[in-house]
Amino acid sequence: MDLHEYQSKGLLKQYGVAVPEGIAISRIDEAIPAYKALGGQGVVVKAQVLTGGRGKAGGVKLVDNQASFESAIKALLGTRLVTYQTTSEGLPVNQLLIESLTDIDQELYLAFLVDRGSKSIKLMASTEGGVDIESVAEKTPERIHYITITHGTLEGFQARELGFAMGFAPAMIRPFCTLLNKLFQAFISSDMTMLEINPLVIDREGHFICLDAKVNLDDNALFRHKELAELRDYSQEDEKEVTAAKFDLSYIALEGEIGCMVNGAGLAMATMDMIKVCGASPANFLDVGGTATEERVTEAFKLIGSDDNVKVIFVNIFGGIVRCDLIAEGILNAIDLLGLDKPLVVRLVGNKAEAGNTLLSNSEFDIVAISDFKQAAEKAVKLMRRK
Amino acid sequence: MSILVNKETKVICQGFTGGQATAHCEQSIAYGTNMVGGVTPGKGGMTHLGLPVYNTVKEAVSETGADATIIYVPAPFCQDSILEAVDANIPLIVCITEGLPVHDMIKVKKLVDDKGLCLIGPNCPGIITPDECKMGIMPGEIHQRGRVGIVSRSGTLTYEAVHQTTQLGFGQSTCVGIGGDPIPGSSFIDILGRFEADPETEAIILVGEIGGDAEELAAEYIQSNVTKPVVAYIAGITAPKGKRMGHAGAIISGNKGTAEGKSKALLAAGVNVVPSPDLLGFGIEEVL
Repeated sequence: MDLHEYQSKGLLKQYGVAVPEGIAISRIDEAIPAYKALGGQGVVVKAQVLTGGRGKAGGVKLVDNQASFESAIKALLGTRLVTYQTTSEGLPVNQLLIESLTDIDQELYLAFLVDRGSKSIKLMASTEGGVDIESVAEKTPERIHYITITHGTLEGFQARELGFAMGFAPAMIRPFCTLLNKLFQAFISSDMTMLEINPLVIDREGHFICLDAKVNLDDNALFRHKELAELRDYSQEDEKEVTAAKFDLSYIALEGEIGCMVNGAGLAMATMDMIKVCGASPANFLDVGGTATEERVTEAFKLIGSDDNVKVIFVNIFGGIVRCDLIAEGILNAIDLLGLDKPLVVRLVGNKAEAGNTLLSNSEFDIVAISDFKQAAEKAVKLMRRK
Repeated sequence: MSILVNKETKVICQGFTGGQATAHCEQSIAYGTNMVGGVTPGKGGMTHLGLPVYNTVKEAVSETGADATIIYVPAPFCQDSILEAVDANIPLIVCITEGLPVHDMIKVKKLVDDKGLCLIGPNCPGIITPDECKMGIMPGEIHQRGRVGIVSRSGTLTYEAVHQTTQLGFGQSTCVGIGGDPIPGSSFIDILGRFEADPETEAIILVGEIGGDAEELAAEYIQSNVTKPVVAYIAGITAPKGKRMGHAGAIISGNKGTAEGKSKALLAAGVNVVPSPDLLGFGIEEVL
């Protein structure tokens, strides 16, 4: 789960980390009071959308008077922002963060992340702040410094090492170490998987200030952070994916024509790949889980059915824990309830597959049951072409 | 021979009296697994599925001599259960539970490694040596004792590989699901090394998926350490970037962790990489 910038900064503030003075607004009548509260001079207006590339897409505006402030608010609030990371529809801008300006002396980059390779927490820092860190990593990798935190604590010497590697004057080392400790505490205590400060700046008075903050929280740990879980902004997520999650279905919309319903994440990906091998494209990723119940199967059918691009439905179930005959019954009940206006190819293998196939073949509906994976996928593609 | 488990392995179950654990342990016992007891704090002294229940793992180990544990404890309490098993020095810990926080796993992994124990999972189907020991949720009846070692990040794709190698008559020596989490207890490399050393295993199937670099590291390892033929399939050629595909660990970050990159690395290491999962069995036919 991603946090908005204003939420991330609010969280860091609780750990004593310096962020610019700012006010988040969601209604237009909140704008002028916020502007005045921040001094009524120059401010920055930042669209709160959960994606990268906001600045380049015009989602961040610097203004120096009330008239330009008001036009910035109008240009952003209630619109949709399209960046290179979003779809062509973009994401809704429902909130804006208005912040006072900072006198910047130096821009830096700082990030904590869970590193799969070293199975530990990695701290990254660079003197190249305010730019895309991936291009820094590509062009001048020597300008990125890394610390690996293996024992669950950021040691004093590690923080100092990083400070000296960054070329800070001796007087800046202690404040830098203090900042790192606070950020690390926030990272651990909130179960973050990523905390990126880009840029971290040093202002004219020599203070470290987090000018931006991106936080990703571990979804698996939200059970112990109820207050953070409540910050989730569903408006930034795909509606169908949100609906699916309510029924414990893992669904991701894609752009092809064959709707897939599969048990198991690996098999669901493999089914998409197989459709590609057979010359077509999958309309979605959909994992109904290891214990596909009738309710879930019905909801899965609803989801696939609500996608207009879908021309054929392909169900692929390997009955391990689940019994294929129960899946077959679930499918038939779902069709009874929802109707079936698209060709349906079903592959059942494993636990009670034969009984399942018999149920499907004997039904009044036009269902093609094939137990070979590739043949079933080929059939689905053939039926799609016929449509 | 086999790896990790055989008919001598004495297995206990943590979270024994829970619904899921009960259903799966019943099947494990029916399969012939040498289950010797279970642990549910507060229910010590009871008998469940004909086996003794203990309050603590230490007690269970000292009473039964267990050398393996299978964990079905819900995610919020699972770190504690694994640490209890680690503290009791159980050499093989299999964790089926899905949804462990990644920070919990960082801690657990460190402690497991420090003690030199073996953790399989979490978020995995478990491990099976056909006809001898089934620790997990896989359907026992699709397996057949034989010559192929299987290691996989995906449950249902393991079953596909098992199904095909059974139908073609090769059978399996041991099948290990290492799980779909970003930080698994055991990696491909840990298991590949064991298969290489196991005389019964003649060929290896490796099933990977997008996300992380476990397959790339496996490729490097295979190149210099594995003499047995390896057949591989990597799921997620059509997966979009930046989207988590069901498993917590199945995500392409930037340009890293793509199925294409992983397949290339394995091919370069001399692995027979098949383009679709239905060809895993045929891949074995080509190399055996």
